[in-house]
Amino acid sequence: MTNKTETTLTIDDGVYTTKLSTKYEQRKRYLPKDPNAISAYIPGIILKINVAVGQKVKWGDSLLILEAMKMKNAVTAPKDGIIKAIHVQEEQMVTKEQVLLELE
Amino acid sequence: MSIKTKMLDFFTRKTQAVEGGGEKALQKQAAMGKMSARERITAILDAESFHEYDLFVEHKCKDFDMEKKRLPADGVVTGTGKIMGFPVCIYAQDFTVAGGSLGLAHARKITKIMDHAMKLGIPLIGINDSGGARIQEGVNSLAGYGEIFYRNTQASGVIPQISVILGPCAGGAVYSPALTDFVFVVDKISKMFITGPEVIKTVLGEEISMEDLGGARVQTEISGNAHFFAASEYDCFEQIKKLVTFIPWNNRKKPDPFPAKQPRAQFDIEKIIPPEPTQPYDIRDVIKSVADDSDFFEIQELWAANIVIGFARMHGETVGIVGNQPLVLAGVLDVDSSDKAARFIRFCDAFNIPLITFVDLPGYLPGVDQEHTGVIRHGAKILYAYSEATVPKVTVILRKAYGGGYIAMCSRHLGADFVFAWPSAEIAVMGPLGAANIIFRAEIAEATDPEAVRKQKVLEYTEKFANPYIAAANGHVDAVIEPAQTREFLIHAIEISERKSETRPEKKHGIPPF
Repeated sequence: MTNKTETTLTIDDGVYTTKLSTKYEQRKRYLPKDPNAISAYIPGIILKINVAVGQKVKWGDSLLILEAMKMKNAVTAPKDGIIKAIHVQEEQMVTKEQVLLELE
Repeated sequence: MSIKTKMLDFFTRKTQAVEGGGEKALQKQAAMGKMSARERITAILDAESFHEYDLFVEHKCKDFDMEKKRLPADGVVTGTGKIMGFPVCIYAQDFTVAGGSLGLAHARKITKIMDHAMKLGIPLIGINDSGGARIQEGVNSLAGYGEIFYRNTQASGVIPQISVILGPCAGGAVYSPALTDFVFVVDKISKMFITGPEVIKTVLGEEISMEDLGGARVQTEISGNAHFFAASEYDCFEQIKKLVTFIPWNNRKKPDPFPAKQPRAQFDIEKIIPPEPTQPYDIRDVIKSVADDSDFFEIQELWAANIVIGFARMHGETVGIVGNQPLVLAGVLDVDSSDKAARFIRFCDAFNIPLITFVDLPGYLPGVDQEHTGVIRHGAKILYAYSEATVPKVTVILRKAYGGGYIAMCSRHLGADFVFAWPSAEIAVMGPLGAANIIFRAEIAEATDPEAVRKQKVLEYTEKFANPYIAAANGHVDAVIEPAQTREFLIHAIEISERKSETRPEKKHGIPPF
């Protein structure tokens, strides 16, 4: 901590001169979720894509199969809509939170 | 067989067993910058004090040609000895024997020495250096781990348990250290994780080195799994020896007193704290200005540095100290600092160590990540730990004590025996600026010169409420004291609390917000 430089932190309108911890500096900033983007809720491999761009889908339709931790998970449509874009290919490895498809 | 032949036979057997994995394996261990299991034990314990048991234990595995494999001491050295005259049970996994892998016989040697430590009422030191479960022994190896974890839990709060990570400690094996009170790690030697870099790469596609995943630095600065970071094994052993002097043998005893010493002159309590409550200083200087010999043994120095915890002595008696650190994140409480303090408070309470709390904090840390990680649940731990503790509890409010943070930091309301405040203390629901902005919102907004009115209102609030006297008028503070009197007041408070007895409602155990 000694090698860090001082900065300020505001708590209840009080502006405090202090140093920040590494963990605080590296914390994940919050980004609001795009309701049309469908992301991987777990890291894994895309086994099969069941839809194509422009296809109409209904709530609950299986959009693709995401294999993770030895389980074949169906990623389903969270609402009715049309597939606007597909950002992944079959066999592709995806990380958590990676956007897989977009609806409109 | 003549006695002489028998003795010769004994020496041959002993020499073979003590050699561990043999010359080559020992050289390999040394090449990795690591001491051997026996060298480590010798380095930690007082000279000539180590007595080894179960040297001739053998495994009973017959699968995968294991019946042909002789594993000296089954890969773990166990025994008893002394540190600065203080008795301990100790074990050290021997990486030179089958990678220190844990099979049932290996585990049973460990559980046997753990049972000894419990019966004898003396601390347990475990040195971990193992590749993990002995796969050939299958579920029996898992049984071994489970039996160790069970005993770690039974021993928790009964005898101090110390874990030293001097090599890999991965997978299920990490849960033994996790259940113990103090975990020591050494730079570039210690590696701790549940799933290693290879699994992470296969499953998640994320590439990371062992060091960045679970090295000593990460475990002491980011995860908080380990308590003490050392540059070398030698430094690590010095830390262990020092720790042992501060803690008691078991929960029925008090730590041994030391000769009382005055704090050193260079820590002048009058000159440490800046008058402006938004300006930082190092709380450790305050601790050193009141502690015997200005000696403060800090625990988890690198992790959640916005709170400081550790041991010191007041007039020769060990005390546990908790203090907000204005130097880091303005000394706020957050998820990690609450976890850190709560566990330490529970250790002190379990082992009859009085608690001194220094308060100077603006409140809790705001943030989405904090709320989503559960700052409510984690923050509650510190309230729980302080309220539950029955050891003498003395609180000194130095400067800011605002809102929920004031309550949490061992206030009178959570059962502090003595609460002292310096004249610079500000015990209030929040800081003057925030409070004025809320209370006088309409007046400020409607004013022709809002800034001037705001300034005026902040000043009014500061004069009226940013002091210790309202709390003192209500008896929430027992005495407003001069900073220079702090040591004397603390020593007196702890001395007269020597026979403090406080009972709690009868219960099997509480349910803290784990």
